[in-house]
Amino acid sequence: MRTPLFIICEVVVATVLYLLFRHYGNDYFFFAGYTVLQFVVMATAWNILGGYCGYVNFGSAGFFAIGAYSSVFFYTVGQNVQDMDPGFLTSVLHVIFPIPVPILIVFGGAFAGLVGLGTGYLTLRLRGVFFAIATLALAVVIETLIVNWEYVGGSRGAYIIPPNTVPVFGPYIQYLFVLMLVMVIVGLTAARLIERSRLGYGFATIRDDELAAEASGVPTLKLKLIATVLSGALMGMAGSTFPFYLGFTEPGSVFDLSYAVNSIAMPMIGGTTSWVGPLIGAILLGTMQQVATVTISSVANLLIVGLMLIGFVIVAPNGIVGLWQDWIAKRSKS
Amino acid sequence: MSAPLLHVDQVGKRFGGFVALDSVNLDVAEGERVGLIGPNGSGKSTLVNCICGTLRNETGDVIFAGQNINTLNTHERTHRGLARSFQLPRPFMSLSVAENIRVPLLYTVNARGGHHLHGSELDDRCVELLKLVALDKKANKLPRDLTQVEMRKLELARAVAAEPKLLIADESMAGLSHSEVEDIVALLIRLNQRGITIIMIEHIMSAVMTFSQRLVVLVSGKKIADGKPDEVIKDQEVVGAYLGQ
Repeated sequence: MRTPLFIICEVVVATVLYLLFRHYGNDYFFFAGYTVLQFVVMATAWNILGGYCGYVNFGSAGFFAIGAYSSVFFYTVGQNVQDMDPGFLTSVLHVIFPIPVPILIVFGGAFAGLVGLGTGYLTLRLRGVFFAIATLALAVVIETLIVNWEYVGGSRGAYIIPPNTVPVFGPYIQYLFVLMLVMVIVGLTAARLIERSRLGYGFATIRDDELAAEASGVPTLKLKLIATVLSGALMGMAGSTFPFYLGFTEPGSVFDLSYAVNSIAMPMIGGTTSWVGPLIGAILLGTMQQVATVTISSVANLLIVGLMLIGFVIVAPNGIVGLWQDWIAKRSKS
Repeated sequence: MSAPLLHVDQVGKRFGGFVALDSVNLDVAEGERVGLIGPNGSGKSTLVNCICGTLRNETGDVIFAGQNINTLNTHERTHRGLARSFQLPRPFMSLSVAENIRVPLLYTVNARGGHHLHGSELDDRCVELLKLVALDKKANKLPRDLTQVEMRKLELARAVAAEPKLLIADESMAGLSHSEVEDIVALLIRLNQRGITIIMIEHIMSAVMTFSQRLVVLVSGKKIADGKPDEVIKDQEVVGAYLGQ
């Protein structure tokens, strides 16, 4: 399927989903749906570096938080501008602020992408478990910086009060849901494009054998930097709407362990070699967690993720996509 | 006399206190077939790694096609026309046989500038290269489905796909049967006839003698002989190194 047709299909599915939720559901569907879609973006972003290149990133929460806190920062600047005495500079700032959420998403992606670039330069000469530990350390460093940065709320956290309704969309959560749907479309399209491109071949060679990749002419360091930037930017974009979703942002919620665990578990369960894997994994795990939250307990979430991850690692190490591919291969042989 | 394609000048490499290469000199002329032999641990693979950029030589220079390539990364050296195959085959396991060939076409041939290969051109070039090593019928298979000799051929085909001026074949015949060894030697000679200069590192002497126009011997990181194969194998120092003094 060609890319324009693929995008049209994505838009159609997204529109149908939105209209179904709007027609048959209530705001809870949008709240739960937003979380699942956020995980689709996170899992897709993780998979660009972790799945395509084989570099396991435990610092997803760090990139997610950069997106979230860039929104908090610009929101706080906007609030302070409103309190300033009128003057030439403040009148200019009044035009700029408050910055619309779609622009904040771009800012969040850009900042997280930049941090991804820096992380890449510092850590990509490390491999395997050493790289994984370095990314985990990065998340801890970012959390420490945020906790000590009073302007964005520090350890106390910061309130963001979104409007109740938005023209056209109605309730604010529906607006956020649509924005997250757009991010899903961007993320899946980017992942699919990468997979079928020269870049995708390069990423696969890095995952399989870096030395052989270099010997085949693949500039591995450059490609890994591209992967960290793309992966970080997508995670940052997913995080940038989070403060508007919760209304209150504090380090404990943004740097929650569940983001790192889910970002890894979802592609692993769905399958890491294809863009479909993170999508399947995120929908499956995300939906199960939402169901568990309302039927059992919210603390059961990580237990479910952990158990499923163990099960899949044993039974289907290549995830659901791998199982499917094996089944097709067996069928074609018989 | 024209400048050699590869000029290894006083190259040295240590691993801690162990001297792996001790001021090695080696010239390889364009179009030549050179055999590089030596006992295990003599520094053959270290020399290859220094030439290809996998390891950095601590002393000396590697001059390729008239340019000092000491500071270049491995992929940059491949772009300049220096390709290698590995002692143990290292195919890209998640890619099909044809896709393994496609990688150097995309990243080396297309990176050199000039005509870019696209779509059907890429496919045709893959098929052509796979036919050269008789793997065209296995184009869509994964490397795990190949036999040992096929894996070796894939390794060579992937190196050749980079359209190298110089190919270094690092023990491409280890573990193969007699007929398979003959098969690989014939393939390497065919590649040389297509204009590729080849350095072959090997322990199988029948293959080395059939293939080589010139033979270089390394022992304990030092070059002890360099000349015509018939003369080199009679050299007392070489005989001593292989059979013991």
